[in-house]
Amino acid sequence: MPDRARIAHLLRRATFGPTAEEVDAAERAGYDVTVSQLLRPTGSDSGAPKPPVFAAIAELGKNASRADKQKANQQRRQQVTVAIDWWLDRMVAAEHQLTEKMVFFWHGHWATSAQKVKAAPLMLGQLQTFREHGRGDFAAFTTRMIRDPALIIWLDGQKNTVKAPNENLARELMELFTLGIGNYAEADVKAGARALTGFTVDRRAGTVKFVARRHDRGAKTILGHTAAFDADQFAELVATQPAAAGFLPQRLWFRFASGEPMTDEVLGRLIGAGRDVDDLLRALFTDPGFDDTRGQLVKQPVEWAVGAMRQLGIRPARLTDQQRKQLVSGLNGLDQVPLRPPSVGGWPAGAAWLTTSSLQARLRLAELFAGGAAAPVLDRLRAAPTAGRPDALARLLVVDGWTDRTRKVLADAAGKPERLIQLGLVSPEYTIH
Amino acid sequence: MDMLTRRKFLVASGVVGAGALAAGATAYTLADILDTAESGDRPRDAGTLVVVTLYGGNDGLNTVVPYADASYQDARPDIAYDAGEVLRLDDSTGLNPALKGFQRLFTEGRLAVVRGVGYPKPDRSHFRSMDIWQTADPVRPGTTGWLGRWLDTAGGDPRLAVSFEPALPPLLAGATSAGAAVPTNVRRGAKGVTGLGLPAAGEPPLQARAARCFADLDSIEAMITGVRDAQPTDPDADEGDDPATGTGGRAELGAQLDLVAQCVEAGVATRAFSVSLGGFDTHADEKQLQEILLAQVDKAVTAFVDRMAGRPVTVAVYSEFGRRVRANASDGTDHGTASNVFVLGSGLRGGLHGEQPSLTDLDDGDLKYTVDFRDVYAGLLADVLATDPEQVLGGWKGKLSLTGS
Repeated sequence: MPDRARIAHLLRRATFGPTAEEVDAAERAGYDVTVSQLLRPTGSDSGAPKPPVFAAIAELGKNASRADKQKANQQRRQQVTVAIDWWLDRMVAAEHQLTEKMVFFWHGHWATSAQKVKAAPLMLGQLQTFREHGRGDFAAFTTRMIRDPALIIWLDGQKNTVKAPNENLARELMELFTLGIGNYAEADVKAGARALTGFTVDRRAGTVKFVARRHDRGAKTILGHTAAFDADQFAELVATQPAAAGFLPQRLWFRFASGEPMTDEVLGRLIGAGRDVDDLLRALFTDPGFDDTRGQLVKQPVEWAVGAMRQLGIRPARLTDQQRKQLVSGLNGLDQVPLRPPSVGGWPAGAAWLTTSSLQARLRLAELFAGGAAAPVLDRLRAAPTAGRPDALARLLVVDGWTDRTRKVLADAAGKPERLIQLGLVSPEYTIH
Repeated sequence: MDMLTRRKFLVASGVVGAGALAAGATAYTLADILDTAESGDRPRDAGTLVVVTLYGGNDGLNTVVPYADASYQDARPDIAYDAGEVLRLDDSTGLNPALKGFQRLFTEGRLAVVRGVGYPKPDRSHFRSMDIWQTADPVRPGTTGWLGRWLDTAGGDPRLAVSFEPALPPLLAGATSAGAAVPTNVRRGAKGVTGLGLPAAGEPPLQARAARCFADLDSIEAMITGVRDAQPTDPDADEGDDPATGTGGRAELGAQLDLVAQCVEAGVATRAFSVSLGGFDTHADEKQLQEILLAQVDKAVTAFVDRMAGRPVTVAVYSEFGRRVRANASDGTDHGTASNVFVLGSGLRGGLHGEQPSLTDLDDGDLKYTVDFRDVYAGLLADVLATDPEQVLGGWKGKLSLTGS
């Protein structure tokens, strides 16, 4: 594979969508240096907007009026909307793209929805935890996550007490976050739930408190080990299981490399990389098997939209309110709105995104993006001779090449740069990567 | 997990679920479905099943109301309906006032109300309970839905099992096949993109799949526009009484059922349809919101059943669980267990079925189920889809027959 194609592939997967200039720079730096820069960007990310600060919502007493409750609910919804808008803008603006993309990856992994958590500050707090702890040792990260207030509320952890155990968090911790189905038994769920008892959440302060009298201090047998497990010991135990060593690489592979399962050789190499997340990412991006995964992932709707906005010079923060609503509503039509995963299992992938229904939503969003493309981007397309515009578009959108079919459609529209962009964005070559 | 809305529900884990979905043809169009009408391979008088999923856990006690039971009034004084409010079915049971069409269908023998439907060891998580209902496995819900497994046994053609939702519900995902997800919200304006749907030599399979969506787009547009234009205008459609619930479009269930009706009238091969409405997760200030939602169900389903009168079409309406008997502190109810299943259509045994669970002999505040939901599925599989239920339901032997003799 030519170097440029190899590097473009890397950047398409490790970022939300590279610009042509980013590919140029990476090509000059070389593949391995680019991987290192993605993993260890220098300096702080000056481009990334700071998180919004939210006004406290008044605590309502038991006798609060319906109107007061409705008002508080409306404030909460409004704050979540602001948080979603902010995050989309940050995904576009951030220079440390892999950092940002990993936050999104973890959001799909520990899939927590604002629809139940309802508190934007808690959702942003969880994203911050992803940012700060999601790149090192996975067991340490897991230990942080089981005391994340948003995750606890999402999975009813605050209702899990020695008197009234709630298995929700313990089950999903093993099933979806660390081990996978088949690597634990129902008895482990029950015992694990006991280990996780005792946490309460102060929604207003956004803090988690451990209340000793709500905790089950008895001995538990989990995954064949018997001890008076507490939450940290339980988290450490599951995250260091042999099954976990294969589970996380599989999830990373599935989102960054291919919808097809990796070969045993690749899996062996990734397991060999250990459980430090950055080590795993480096191993994945430099694995010989990674090169062969081009065309094996459907861009997730958020990846598709954010990448398009990056390449077209569109900042969500500078859109009108109406356009921003169109953006989120378009993502909703594609079934992927940040902070609103459909379930604790996260978003679907692959062919599930490829329906005629989602194509229509893509067409509408692409129209919005094409209409909002920055003037220099349009100028560059216009500067190319009409016959060369499909190639100029391929460079702009970092598509390796068009099939004859698509090239013909693009050539027919080459006289209208905005239409050309819309067609490029919805093309099969751009939808898949 | 709270507040699951319609179509916000897919096979649980991206890792384990993708295989089943990948097997399905999500790129089928209405045109493909309608084309099957011409093949003529649908058995004469073959039944059609329409499954209506109400996401969010509809409060069954305020839907089919045991109004004469003092314990009902005592448990939820602020949100209970009294004898004067309900639409009476008999001396102890009445329907929610929003279900006027259902009451008429009941008197006409076209509505069967199955009470106390649930499963052992009820799970109060929306996510898992809906998994259980859709997979029909209360012990360990896997990644195949009960209609998906039926599809496997029926030959696996995706056009036999259709959903009008953007993503395919697990209900229609089989082990070796999956139903088709066909869009309803078609609009004009995508002209000129058909060329992107031509096959290209050597392109990756997913890219080919993405291209195929284009190939279908123009034909769906023409088809659905034609269908819409042929519809008589509903004079009540723009009364301006849309509730701002934000939990699912008002017209969506009606629009989905309109398309089902079109397909049935055209004689398509499809035997099972999945449609849904979200927004039933009403933990607070429940009464008004639930009435609004039930009115949508009533209007859409009643119109559909009337339109399908005389045809072998059976509708089944369910939700992932009912609610607790006792109201909570915020004029709502929390997640519960057993609830009602409505079965509607011509030629069924209308009336009340199943035993109303006791409101005093409770399981930790929740109703004890009296009818296993698999009994209901078994009846639908045998009587509507003419299939051996045991094969689809993992050897389940119970059966509640509501249709046929």
